[in-house]
Amino acid sequence: MSTSLLLLTILLIGLVAYFAGRARSLAVSGSKLATLHSLPGYHGSYVAIWAVLPAALVLAAWLIASPLYIDSSVRSALPETVRNQGAATVQLALGQVKAVATGLARLDAKEIEAVKTGSVNLRETLAAKGVALAGEGEPFMVEAAEQFNAMRGFSRWLMSAVVLLAAFAGGVYAIRNVTARFRARNQVERVMLGSLIVASSIAILTTIGIIGSMLSEAGRFFSMVSPAEFFFGTVWDPRFAAAGSEGSSGQFGLLPLLGGTLYIAFVAMAFAVPIGLFAAIYMAEYASPRLRSIAKPLLEVLAGIPTIVYGFFALVTVGPFLRDISAQLNGLLTGNYQNFIQAQSVLTAGIVMGIMLIPFVSSLSDDIITQVPRALRDGSLGLGATRSETVKKVILPAALPGIVGALLLTASRAVGETMIVVLAAGVAARMQINPFEPMTTVTVKIVHQLTGDLEFTSPQTLVAFALGITLFVITLGLNIYALYIVRKYREQYE
Amino acid sequence: MSEAAVEKALDQKMNTVPLKMIGKDVSVYYGEKRALFDVNLNIRENTVTALIGPSGCGKSTFLRTLNRMNDTIENCRVTGRITLDEDDIYDPSIDVVELRARVGMVFQKPNPFPKSIYDNVAYGPRIHGLARTKAELDEIVETSLQKAGLWNEVKDRLQEPGTGLSGGQQQRLCIARAVAVSPEVILMDEPCSALDPIATAKVEELIHELRANFTIVIVTHSMQQAARVSQRTAMFHLGNLVEENDTDKMFTNPDDQRTQDYIMGRFG
Repeated sequence: MSTSLLLLTILLIGLVAYFAGRARSLAVSGSKLATLHSLPGYHGSYVAIWAVLPAALVLAAWLIASPLYIDSSVRSALPETVRNQGAATVQLALGQVKAVATGLARLDAKEIEAVKTGSVNLRETLAAKGVALAGEGEPFMVEAAEQFNAMRGFSRWLMSAVVLLAAFAGGVYAIRNVTARFRARNQVERVMLGSLIVASSIAILTTIGIIGSMLSEAGRFFSMVSPAEFFFGTVWDPRFAAAGSEGSSGQFGLLPLLGGTLYIAFVAMAFAVPIGLFAAIYMAEYASPRLRSIAKPLLEVLAGIPTIVYGFFALVTVGPFLRDISAQLNGLLTGNYQNFIQAQSVLTAGIVMGIMLIPFVSSLSDDIITQVPRALRDGSLGLGATRSETVKKVILPAALPGIVGALLLTASRAVGETMIVVLAAGVAARMQINPFEPMTTVTVKIVHQLTGDLEFTSPQTLVAFALGITLFVITLGLNIYALYIVRKYREQYE
Repeated sequence: MSEAAVEKALDQKMNTVPLKMIGKDVSVYYGEKRALFDVNLNIRENTVTALIGPSGCGKSTFLRTLNRMNDTIENCRVTGRITLDEDDIYDPSIDVVELRARVGMVFQKPNPFPKSIYDNVAYGPRIHGLARTKAELDEIVETSLQKAGLWNEVKDRLQEPGTGLSGGQQQRLCIARAVAVSPEVILMDEPCSALDPIATAKVEELIHELRANFTIVIVTHSMQQAARVSQRTAMFHLGNLVEENDTDKMFTNPDDQRTQDYIMGRFG
């Protein structure tokens, strides 16, 4: 039985079990539903869960364990000469054995005989059946492949039997449990709880896995380049051309990239915070409900635009516009029509990123401002304060911690933003303070280090992980601090 | 003097009190729904007027028309005429901000700003520029807190947050905050409904004292409270003013059967 067919069978058994459990509970109740502790549906679900869950777990465990076992036994069956040549060779031989095994499964008995006696070429025969073999193939491989196929077949047969038995046994066990007072509902509740816990732990484990893989790759990088050189170096010069050759590893100074990242994020925030905050105050305090119900979703549509589109906007519209207008201005002032703003510059990237951030600032701030209790507004208005006095003196101070938290969350987005800066900020890694010149960011360099045809063994590519983990720590720190502030603020009103 | 003569003398005394606010044919609409029906109610100077009636009868709505707090509610429309010292407060020439400085308000739930006690009281005077120097402001804060009977409890911790006080203290802080602007009228919307009996007694005592300097209108659900603190009582029912009378008469011998029933606890 193939795995998918087996899975389908289990589900079918589960379905049957559901109806069987239902029917049994109805039978024991003697058609008086009130005598049952749980509704028939719960009894059905209980039986179905017992039929499906253990069987599925056995199936999963078998699918993980059996290839490991088969591989190790095939490996130990390889000839002494191969096994003595080290792990890489053994791994290669094992791969070939598996390929041969796939091929043998497609040959008929006569062809197998011919291959075994060596009267036909193994590689050509298999190639004719659509299985490519890396080497010529050796006689021991055919034998090992046959053993492999036999074991696999047996394992598959045994697995089907065990799994179906588990499904059947589980169902029978559960259906015997069904009585009028049996608490099927509570049992089902526990399974629900379990599955919710599994789902959330998958999310958490994935995060841990990502951090782990980044850390281990970054560790490999730091074994080649010293952390001091990375974190405090002021020159970024990875020397791609020399990648792989000995002795010239290039310079990997983080500071120019970090400087660019923070500078562009600062420009973006300087642009987005006033506009977003004012928009939020207008939406929350002044706009009529009708206007608010139209304008707020419109503003939030901005947040749904993919950032690569903002990148186009920067590349095609904002960048050239700034370049041309700076040329005009320069011409008017000095007579020399030389643009002083580059098309790709800190300013271009900052402005466009700022536009992207406006909806985040305004939407988050709006939520926080509307959370300020109405009683405070009334109190201030009742004392004869105007609306703007109320906003300035009561609402904003009350909402300030929350707004700061919202701004920190926005800042962490600005620091981690990639596509806009790839297109609009430039690639020159240098430290300077002129916002009209291009600079580059951590994210841009990660993209550059990882695009192309490079092995993950040189510092040129591994540096991307070091950059990634640095960026991750920065944004994580910002987020944690923001959440801490927001939470502290929430406690005030509850 | 006979009982009747005493009553007459009292009536006359009461009737000579000048009127601070006059409400004539006041109706309020929330969108299509009408919440008040042609209410005619006068507020006497230096008198505590209690508004009573079952929930949803329009007493809070009427209270809020007196300093135009209804303006902050969407779709709310007020017709009729309300005057404060003969100025129509709904006249376009009236500045609503100025009006609210003259007619202050204390709310149902204590709502101190998340600022220090001092800043809470100084909020109104600062906005309206009532003090030119720090010393003058200190003076206003102190007298306001004294008038609200809170000074002795908080004088050593004026810089602590107002939200850290107990419920009753918070409400008296809100009264001090309203008093600090030197309003002529103070509106109180069920000021004791969120307080325990001891704090309630303190606030009631305070209302009694404030009467000397301010005209007070108070909405209350407690019949006993209305009887204790007010001189005039107005009874609302289903958006109509049922009866307005001296408090003593109202609670002993009301003119209207519905007032009688409500006071006796037969409905509401």
